Amino acid sequence: MTIETIKVSRRQFVFGAAITGAGLSVGMALPLSKTLAAVPGSTRPEVNAWVVVAPDDTVTIRIARSEMGQGTLTGLAQLVAEELECDWDKVTWEYPTPGENLARARVWQSFSTGGSQGIRSSHQYVREGGAAARQMLIEAAADVWGVKSAECVAANSIITHTPSGRTTTFGKVANAAGQGVPPTTVTLKDPATWKVIGQPLPRLDTLEKLTGKQVFGSDVSLPGMVNAAITACPVHGGKLASFDAKAASAMAGVMSVVAVGDDAVAVVADTWWHAKTALDKVVITWDKGENANVSSASIDAFLTEGLSAEQAFVGNEAGDIKAGLARAARTYSADYSYPFQNHATMEPMNATAVWTKDRCEVWCPTQNGEAALAAAAAAAGLPQEQCDVHKVSLGGGFGRRGASDFVTQAVKIAMTMPGTPVKLLWTREEDMLHGYYHPITKARLTAGLDAEGNVDALHVRISGQSILATLIPQGLRDGMDPVVFQALAAEGDHALSYTVPNLLVDHAMRNTHLTPGFWRGVNVNQNAIYLECFVDELAHETGQDPLAFRQKMMRNHPLALAVLNKVAEKAEWDKPAPAGRHRGLSVCKAFGSYVAACAEVSVSADGKLTMHRIFAATDPGYAVNPQQIEAQVFGSFVYGLSAMLYGECTVQDGAVEQRNFDTYPSMKIAEMPHVDTTVMPSGGFWGGVGEPTIAVAAPAVLNAIFAATGTRVRHLPLKNQALRSA
Amino acid sequence: MVKLTINGKVTEVDAEGDTPLLWVLREQAGLTGTKYGCGIAQCGSCTVHIDGEAVRSCVYPLAAVQENQKITTIEGLSATGDHPVQQAWAQLDTPQCGYCQPGMIMASAALLGNNPEPTDADIDKQITNICRCGTFQRVREGIHLAAKINTAQSSKGSAK
Repeated sequence: MTIETIKVSRRQFVFGAAITGAGLSVGMALPLSKTLAAVPGSTRPEVNAWVVVAPDDTVTIRIARSEMGQGTLTGLAQLVAEELECDWDKVTWEYPTPGENLARARVWQSFSTGGSQGIRSSHQYVREGGAAARQMLIEAAADVWGVKSAECVAANSIITHTPSGRTTTFGKVANAAGQGVPPTTVTLKDPATWKVIGQPLPRLDTLEKLTGKQVFGSDVSLPGMVNAAITACPVHGGKLASFDAKAASAMAGVMSVVAVGDDAVAVVADTWWHAKTALDKVVITWDKGENANVSSASIDAFLTEGLSAEQAFVGNEAGDIKAGLARAARTYSADYSYPFQNHATMEPMNATAVWTKDRCEVWCPTQNGEAALAAAAAAAGLPQEQCDVHKVSLGGGFGRRGASDFVTQAVKIAMTMPGTPVKLLWTREEDMLHGYYHPITKARLTAGLDAEGNVDALHVRISGQSILATLIPQGLRDGMDPVVFQALAAEGDHALSYTVPNLLVDHAMRNTHLTPGFWRGVNVNQNAIYLECFVDELAHETGQDPLAFRQKMMRNHPLALAVLNKVAEKAEWDKPAPAGRHRGLSVCKAFGSYVAACAEVSVSADGKLTMHRIFAATDPGYAVNPQQIEAQVFGSFVYGLSAMLYGECTVQDGAVEQRNFDTYPSMKIAEMPHVDTTVMPSGGFWGGVGEPTIAVAAPAVLNAIFAATGTRVRHLPLKNQALRSA
Repeated sequence: MVKLTINGKVTEVDAEGDTPLLWVLREQAGLTGTKYGCGIAQCGSCTVHIDGEAVRSCVYPLAAVQENQKITTIEGLSATGDHPVQQAWAQLDTPQCGYCQPGMIMASAALLGNNPEPTDADIDKQITNICRCGTFQRVREGIHLAAKINTAQSSKGSAK
């Protein structure tokens, strides 16, 4: 994935034109910034943008990226604290606002939180921020003592003048330090001397999650706030034709029924429950447009055509694929497919907005504060300097909250009642209908094998959606979407883990009306299934051990080989599986990390699957917080395995058919395999954590299912397949 | 006005009888720890206790609650956040995003209330909450740890 492209272009994630507004001039009378604690005040002296130290030595570390469960908040704080040399027990955190970032020339750089980027794309400047603050604190102490700063050291929030043994604390010199001149260069610590980075520290944000005190977006409460429920045209691309609000307007608590943009209706009421129940009574006529003719069957035919289409974008090429296939002793081919999936964050989309003609402020759970600010300003018809976004805890993100559609809606509704804060909360049904869905694709894999069963040629043809073409067209390269080739690329963060002499990976782009989005793991989810299950097929077809077969193709990929060997060792691949159980392997490089899994499953005579345990290994280069990495490994497995088992959005008459967890199930604890994780950081690079391992869970299980049953599952999700013939 | 006993306090609420208890708690009583996830009793984010039993409040109408029934929400599970389940969750750093955790914790506390030493099979049967972050491994571990904490506290003579 081209990181820079995504980072920059996500700011374009803004819909629609500005609205001319209701025209009323009402002053902003609300104490806007006093409602939430995590709003950094310019009233508190800071050492620098990253660090605030209070007189009592409490260290507040500013976090630009969004915490949505992945632990990045604690990891980023560890990076700053390591260089700052502060007492970890005194560390707390806060979010700066995107508006402050704008006003301060983007001192915190990107707020975007996706692509497992939180730590790996900011570790350098975040650590430098901590190191600079430490130096400024030392300079301030040296100034007070009239000694050379080079004679002073900092440790555990205490500064010591080594020759004299005098000491002071960060808190005592923080004010003076903030007045000092920031150093022009800083030297970062040698990783061998790290004391905070690499430690399995508890998260900084756990306790409030145990008592109900954590404020999520849907919990925001402002003085005088009203509530809104919304419904948009169920067919993407469709419009609002008309609505009759007579019955709804008469219902308890209802304040107004309004059109939102050109495709939605919202009810504003005293409580959300009143708004929601009244919305059910609004009689709406939609102009569904031509997309109403689209169905899963028509999409399937569209993508199937792409599997053999003449033209395709070439994402990775080596040798001569035609010659390789032509001279093969044997060719083998299989088709796979992967459906649309909804993120289904536990907390449905929401945003709270207050608008006047001079100012607009938004409180929302977002993975990209800067994009949310841009969306708010565009909707409000105001310059960004007159707007701000206050980030609130996210009840899950998984990529969905990188979009700002809900911010745009909330601002538009707020514009109908200037000065009054409006909290917009989607129903689960609305959330299911209006996702940025995991892209739908199919793949045809064709291998040319030599007489010894070696893979001499491999063609992977992908047919299906491009996220960039739909959301970030400026990220395309001559029309090609590089993100489509995740885990199949020639080099980089998503390099293919195998060497094949004659290789072609290409993409027949087939975009549908349903908007695709970045979904935890993005395109590695299906690409790893396609490749890792197909490689498993080739091993079985040629009578080779799936581990040895992979190892032969991985001689030039030592780090990927190391994680694969690790899971094989942990699972005791060289010995038979426990009685009745069967194993499957998978390996991948994704988001800069090397990951592998070995799943152990059994399938009963009537086809019931039990996933007993999965051995996982990950090499993220540097492991900032191993216990959080472990949590991301087993957590990502739940997300990936839920998708494998159940995840499917189908389309009928242009609309998504699944509306809630009854028809879009998610895995429960009873189905959860025990995950045995090995975190094996080899150092020297910074790989992602939140997403990489999701790639290997499903293919490892699918390969184990084949070992158990002889049934090769090539079309997801599993719920549609019988594992044993009746 | 309807009188409810929430977290040990009699609270007057003003809502129609068919309003789900979830929205009465969130919008009338101001207790937002209990979460909305699905509205159809599928995900368990809205789990509270009524007389100690786990209830999915998103489909539990206000009219069905009696004034003398004790409603407990995550805010009232313990006075100082130290219920054995909360202690276990803190020790294991169980939550990720945290949104489903009030429901997960309430469901786990109710399970332990009825079954002080649940087996893995009991957990599989009784804990059917959805967690999209996928915290299940530490939820299971946490329930077993909470059972141990509970036993240790009881043997020291503390209240259960």
